[in-house]
Amino acid sequence: MSIVGGYAGCFVLLQQLVNGVTLGSVYTLIALSFSLVMGILGVLNLAIAELFMFGAYLGFSVIARGLPLPLAIVTGMAGTTIIAMVIEKIAYEPLRDMPVIAPMLSTLGFSIILQNLATNIWGSDPLQLPPELFDTRFSMGTISIGAMQLVVIGVTIVLVALLAFIVQRTAIGRALRAVAENREVARLLGVRAGRLTLVAFALSGALAGAAGVLIGLHYATVTPYIGVETGLKAIAVMVVGGTTRIWGALLAGPLIGILEVLTVVYGGAPVRDFTVYGIMILILLLRPQGILGGASTEQGLRV
Amino acid sequence: MSTYYAALFADVGILLLGAISVYIILATGQLSLGNAGFMAIGAYVASYLTVKIGLPLMVALLLAAVVAGAVGVVIGFPALRLKGIYLAMATLGFGEMVRSFFLNLESMGGAGGFHGMAHVSPVYVWGWAGSILLLVTLLERSRVWLEMCAVHDDETVAGFIGLNTTVIKVSAFGFGAAVAAIAGGLFAHHHIYIEPGNFGFERSIDFVLAVILGGSTVAIGALVGAALLVFLPETLRFFADWRLAAFGVLLVLVLLVRRQGLLDRAMFMRSIFKARRA
Repeated sequence: MSIVGGYAGCFVLLQQLVNGVTLGSVYTLIALSFSLVMGILGVLNLAIAELFMFGAYLGFSVIARGLPLPLAIVTGMAGTTIIAMVIEKIAYEPLRDMPVIAPMLSTLGFSIILQNLATNIWGSDPLQLPPELFDTRFSMGTISIGAMQLVVIGVTIVLVALLAFIVQRTAIGRALRAVAENREVARLLGVRAGRLTLVAFALSGALAGAAGVLIGLHYATVTPYIGVETGLKAIAVMVVGGTTRIWGALLAGPLIGILEVLTVVYGGAPVRDFTVYGIMILILLLRPQGILGGASTEQGLRV
Repeated sequence: MSTYYAALFADVGILLLGAISVYIILATGQLSLGNAGFMAIGAYVASYLTVKIGLPLMVALLLAAVVAGAVGVVIGFPALRLKGIYLAMATLGFGEMVRSFFLNLESMGGAGGFHGMAHVSPVYVWGWAGSILLLVTLLERSRVWLEMCAVHDDETVAGFIGLNTTVIKVSAFGFGAAVAAIAGGLFAHHHIYIEPGNFGFERSIDFVLAVILGGSTVAIGALVGAALLVFLPETLRFFADWRLAAFGVLLVLVLLVRRQGLLDRAMFMRSIFKARRA
């Protein structure tokens, strides 16, 4: 992904838009992962950032053994799903009725554990994915798209569609939305809220894991620090999309991805993080319901 | 005491100040995940003043505290609109913004870091840490603190009984920021080298960790937490690779079993009243 190109400005722009969308896809997935738990349970699961990193390593281990890419994605997702369910059982469920800060801190405990686990298993040096993965590129006029970029975007679309189907069309999804609306009323109506919490965590974990494998394909390397670098930034993406509406991330992900890539192209590489977090704070203060979210509600200030 | 342990001792002092900065803000019910940002401001301002302007360290630290305190107040006002997780996210963003700012501040070394500070001894660090801990402990016995607790317990009711919740919450932010800045200034002059990476998200987390582990209802809890965070890994050498995970486990355990942290207010109240009866 060369940033300096000899193309005329317009093509550079197009090329960078493609790169921005790829990065944005990953952001979208992690942001969806955050907002599933946040939107349904009102809890910030900080461990998602490190689940994402863990997924990247699981995917890497599979790819490094020469096994096929789909298997890497499935492994990454399966691993993080299980961990997310453990987190729900230990860190969330017992603290559910406490002030929201308590479960957030306990998920933070898990994120510390996960990061330590990853550095002990895979070391703290960056690991390179096999370069031959990135050899295939398709040219469309003057822009070229790597096969891996297409994989990242394609997998994201499939996963988002799958999630949309689960949330909007299945009984589980209906129950999830009911719990999000009002947990107690949902329980009175016979929804097993406890089990659904577990489902929400599991779905969220699966998305984070998939995003992790994909970020490996985007950057071609995996480090233990992507959780903080990229995973935390997804919180900003979630906020921009609106914390209480899951689908805002679909717009905010590519938006922030493109914004980031463009700030880099136009000489703003150093101010990239500054811009992204600045936008997050502005949205939190001025439009807590997110850029999409219609009328302002109390939801944005949920204590 | 070997130099090595002296250095650890100084680290406890600096971490203690960072933890106190979180503790003061938390006492009004606000969780800040961005106090490393205030620490960075303190570190850079103090270093600038001693190295480039040539001010004595004491003056530089106080000025740094004033600057960061002012930033804290400026942050505190918009923070009034946010609660719980939303405030935590906003402060997290603030911390990352500050780090990114110093990464780009070429006049202070940018990514390369900044040096040239005169080294200070652990005793000097502890002079500050001890005084501020004492100050906060005294503050805990004042009416102001009671008012802060009232805001923490129920902001609406605190407003009903006539407390100015805005002033209380914003001042807590300013005071916390000032303490974090002193931690930063001392960090800079003890380690004689700073870079933006020193003041990332992990640093903010360390502060929170020290408070939650040590006890979030008494200032002295921050001391226990800070000592634990620095010395526990030393005693668990064989465990070195897993020490962070151990803290993660400890954090989860404390939240599950003893949410007020190792020390709590009730403990002290009991001992005080016992002493009075005797």
